[in-house]
Amino acid sequence: MRYVVAKDSREVVDLLMEDKANLLLAGGTDVLVRMRLDERYPDRIIDIKKIPGVAEITEESGGFRIGAAVSGAQMGEHSQLKALWPGVVEAVELIGSTQVQGRATMAGNLCNGSPAADSVPAMLAAQAVARVEGPEGVSDQPVLALLDAPGQTKLGKAEFITSIFLPARPNLAGDAYLRFIPRTEMDIAVASAGVSLVLDEAGIVIEASVALGAVAPTAVMVSGAAQALIGTRLEAAPLQACAAACAAACSPIDDKRGTIEFRTKVAGVMACRAAITAYQRAGGQP
Amino acid sequence: MSKQEFKILGTRPIRPDGLDKVTGKAMFGADKSATGMLHARILRSPHAHAEIISIDTSKAKALPGVKAVITGADFDDVENRWTRYTMQNCMAQGRALYDGHAIAAVAATSKKIAGAALKLIEVEYKILPHVTDVDEAMQPGAPLLHEGVKARKLGDDVSGNTVGYYSFGHGDVDAGFAKADEVIERRFKTAATHQGYIEPQACLADLGADGRGALWCTTQGHYMVRETCAEILGIDASQLRVTASEIGGGFGGKTTVFIEPVALKLSQKSGRPVKLVMSREEVFRATGPTMSASMDVKIGMGKDGKITAGHARLRYQGGAFPYNMVMMGAMSAFACYDLENVQSEGWDVMTNRPKMISYRAPGAPMAVYGVESVIDELCQKLGLDPIEVRLLNAAKEGTKSSYGPRFKAIGLVEALKAAKAHPHYSAPLPANTGRGVACGFWFNFGGQVSVSMAINTDGTVNLIEGNPDIGGSRASISMMAAEALGIPFERIRTIVGDTASVGFSDVTDGSRVTFAVGIATINAAKAAIRELCKRAAMIWEIDEDAVEWVDGTARPTGHNAGDFPPMSLAEIAATSGKTGGPIAGHHEGAPDKAGVSFGVHLVDLEVDPETGFTSIKRYTAFQDVGKAIHPAYVEGQIQGGAVQGIGWALNEEYIYGADGRLQNPGFLDYRIPVASDLPMIDAVIIEVPNPGHPYGVRGCGETAIVPPLAAVANGVAQAVGVRLFELPMSPPKILKAL
Ligand SMILES: Cc1cc2nc3c(=O)[nH]c(=O)nc-3n(C[C@H](O)[C@H](O)[C@H](O)COP(=O)(O)OP(=O)(O)OC[C@H]3O[C@@H](n4cnc5c(N)ncnc54)[C@H](O)[C@@H]3O)c2cc1C
Repeated sequence: MRYVVAKDSREVVDLLMEDKANLLLAGGTDVLVRMRLDERYPDRIIDIKKIPGVAEITEESGGFRIGAAVSGAQMGEHSQLKALWPGVVEAVELIGSTQVQGRATMAGNLCNGSPAADSVPAMLAAQAVARVEGPEGVSDQPVLALLDAPGQTKLGKAEFITSIFLPARPNLAGDAYLRFIPRTEMDIAVASAGVSLVLDEAGIVIEASVALGAVAPTAVMVSGAAQALIGTRLEAAPLQACAAACAAACSPIDDKRGTIEFRTKVAGVMACRAAITAYQRAGGQP
Repeated sequence: MSKQEFKILGTRPIRPDGLDKVTGKAMFGADKSATGMLHARILRSPHAHAEIISIDTSKAKALPGVKAVITGADFDDVENRWTRYTMQNCMAQGRALYDGHAIAAVAATSKKIAGAALKLIEVEYKILPHVTDVDEAMQPGAPLLHEGVKARKLGDDVSGNTVGYYSFGHGDVDAGFAKADEVIERRFKTAATHQGYIEPQACLADLGADGRGALWCTTQGHYMVRETCAEILGIDASQLRVTASEIGGGFGGKTTVFIEPVALKLSQKSGRPVKLVMSREEVFRATGPTMSASMDVKIGMGKDGKITAGHARLRYQGGAFPYNMVMMGAMSAFACYDLENVQSEGWDVMTNRPKMISYRAPGAPMAVYGVESVIDELCQKLGLDPIEVRLLNAAKEGTKSSYGPRFKAIGLVEALKAAKAHPHYSAPLPANTGRGVACGFWFNFGGQVSVSMAINTDGTVNLIEGNPDIGGSRASISMMAAEALGIPFERIRTIVGDTASVGFSDVTDGSRVTFAVGIATINAAKAAIRELCKRAAMIWEIDEDAVEWVDGTARPTGHNAGDFPPMSLAEIAATSGKTGGPIAGHHEGAPDKAGVSFGVHLVDLEVDPETGFTSIKRYTAFQDVGKAIHPAYVEGQIQGGAVQGIGWALNEEYIYGADGRLQNPGFLDYRIPVASDLPMIDAVIIEVPNPGHPYGVRGCGETAIVPPLAAVANGVAQAVGVRLFELPMSPPKILKAL
């Protein structure tokens, strides 16, 4: 096994083009654990952390570009980012422990392809866009378009993510992420929800997006749930409709972590609670 | 027994093993290496039950770097059947009896090569029907684990997997139920739980062709390891020197061997030292968890809260080999109460699961969970205060216990009264919150013990004992030695000697060490004091019995009183070379008056009605410990037991698929509580001295895991108004019940 520190993104693409079992390394909090557990080692590990700019958070057109090697801890310490997208940051900060936070990245969380990845529903709700670099050059792709199946993404051969963009948003906006785990930390989401809302001056929801995690092969956008919230102040009836839409969107598995019945019910509960938090963050009073 | 005054006991000196542990200097099981050492790995069965048709190790042996490969065929039969079970659990012979059962082992120059070699071993299995559930395993016609081991008293209504039957009690339970105003009978199920020690089993073995060997391992009893391994390997116990490493948790799980005979055999075969360290997955699949249980509990109560009769039927599943632990459950079930009519029966059952081993108060938590749940339900139904009812029925000095003997001085009533008076019990309860109460009991043991104490010429003391320190015993033992000798704690260093350094000692279990080693230490100190007095007499040229020992000094007494200034231990020791040589004391014995211990736990918990998530809000544990030698350690024991019990109640379980394979062999899906899951556990120490110990010590390590299962279940029942009869009460189960 060889370990290569890539100098720039071009080198990453070139290395990925070679016919070898390559593995990209960002924080390594999935990569290293998996290598140890499965005892399967790639031919080559390509570390992307030293690519210029990739470990930085930069302001761009009122939003923020998060480099692919930015750690959860870095995001948590960035007060403007936190003010703009508190839900995304709280989702990233839920990943692992303090130690894991020092390394784990949002891009790695996405590319690991877990249906239960915490930052993904929050990114979906935020309509985050990934910057992808590959043999064909650079392109911007919605995070949603990259979701594929457990353990894989739609990234093509020799493509990788250099950054993720969280867009600008109006004043009366807020987002939130909530997950259900049987403990209080160090666990995997059994069902989770990211919600982003924009309100008008009267406190009525004018834009909404709702995404769920851990209840289908990938995180899912639930437009029915978003629709249920638009035009309301999150009264009981729209929340109930939101929960029902979430339940309908679930196609979870029955496993040791939770039954189908449980996941379906709890996904709606998480969505409604996240919606209420997002609403309050947007300045609304439910 | 009147309260004694102590100088050192009851204080909280800094733990002597603390610095090494926090700086990483302490040597645990996996920390030792040797020149020329090989690394071993074990191939494990992927099947719950299978005949091993053939094992072809030729390709593995041919792999460069591989120095030895062994299978069950490398072990000769042993005479003692219990040792044979242990051996066959370490390495299968003929049949794989559970998912994870060891089939073969390799020693190679690196862990990686050993791992590659495992993949080259070809095993042909014939898959057999399996059973992992206790009730199914008891059914006649169930897949049989072993022939000819069925408990003799049992009939055809149970299968040959039923290896033990016990019954305890007195009075006439039917007559008692007839007198009751209310009778409730419930069926309960509890999952198998693992001790969850953080340090996996690990050892370094070195056994020469001459039958001389050394073994370093993480264990709760290195003499037990020595004797078991010597028997399995066919060598003399004297030739195998076993050293216990620092231990990263045991909780009963390290009271047997799982890997040591394998490492020794590989070392013998390769002629090299062999290191064997289990992975976490192996720990879950192949070491012993505790039993799972299926139980029927029936209790009758009068309107006044008096229990008229109690009957418990306990069916425990203990894995793939005969065992006998349900007895402890049957004995403990009703031990908290003074009952006229009581019976508890227990059945030990084998299944295709890893062989059980002790886990903190083995057998008691589940039985008591059943009993304390039914009592709680009766209290609810009759509108009675749960502590008042328990006080009305509580066992006290003189009570004929449900398992036979009469209790000496015990502290259940004191613990219940303390709980009742505690601000926790009267604090207001918010919505969706419930308060659970439960009692618990544990026997505590004495057992064989050896202590050797040397007085150094600078006035310091070295003490060697033979019990691995799993809960702070080195501190407590030094404190008792200091108290007995009358010198400062800091002057004493206690170490755990290896099997060649000090006499035999039983395993560290049964909360016995502070009690038993304590007695041996006090007696060793007395022996040393006799010698110190003799030397002083010699120096003063007076009669030996004209010297007494007061506050760490020898003083002339009787008609010599005041003739000479007192001589300190240090002064006498300084000249010991001229007065007859080194001064020492030792004691060997088997103290048997360990006092039983009772606890009462109070828990406030909140259940999220939309997710079934339970959060523990407040927890107070009251326990009679006789005498708390080092109260901080005692509180730690009480807190630790409570936490393990909370995990058992809420989330911990061995999950088996229909294929009989364990689905959650890791800490991600085997959920022990994490720190943020818990409030500070408030430990309230009650001291009703044990008349069987000079300082009043009772064991305190195990009782605290007994009450929490029922305390949490009773709290949940109160919070949500629905009672669950199965543990763990994980969120999906609670939500379903709502
Ligand atoms: C103790 C512990 C607790 C954890 N808890 C959680 C949790 O609560 N929630 C959760 O969601 N996850 C959790 N995880 C998983 C993990 O920490 C996260 O998925 C993390 O975000 C991964 O980021 P990373 O930078 O460490 O990824 P890496 O391990 O470096 O990479 C992950 C995967 O993505 C690929 N990859 C990385 N970067 C890129 C890129 N820029 N472009 C394309 N592919 C890329 C890698 O090749 C690899 O396949 C936990 C892990 C541990 C060890």
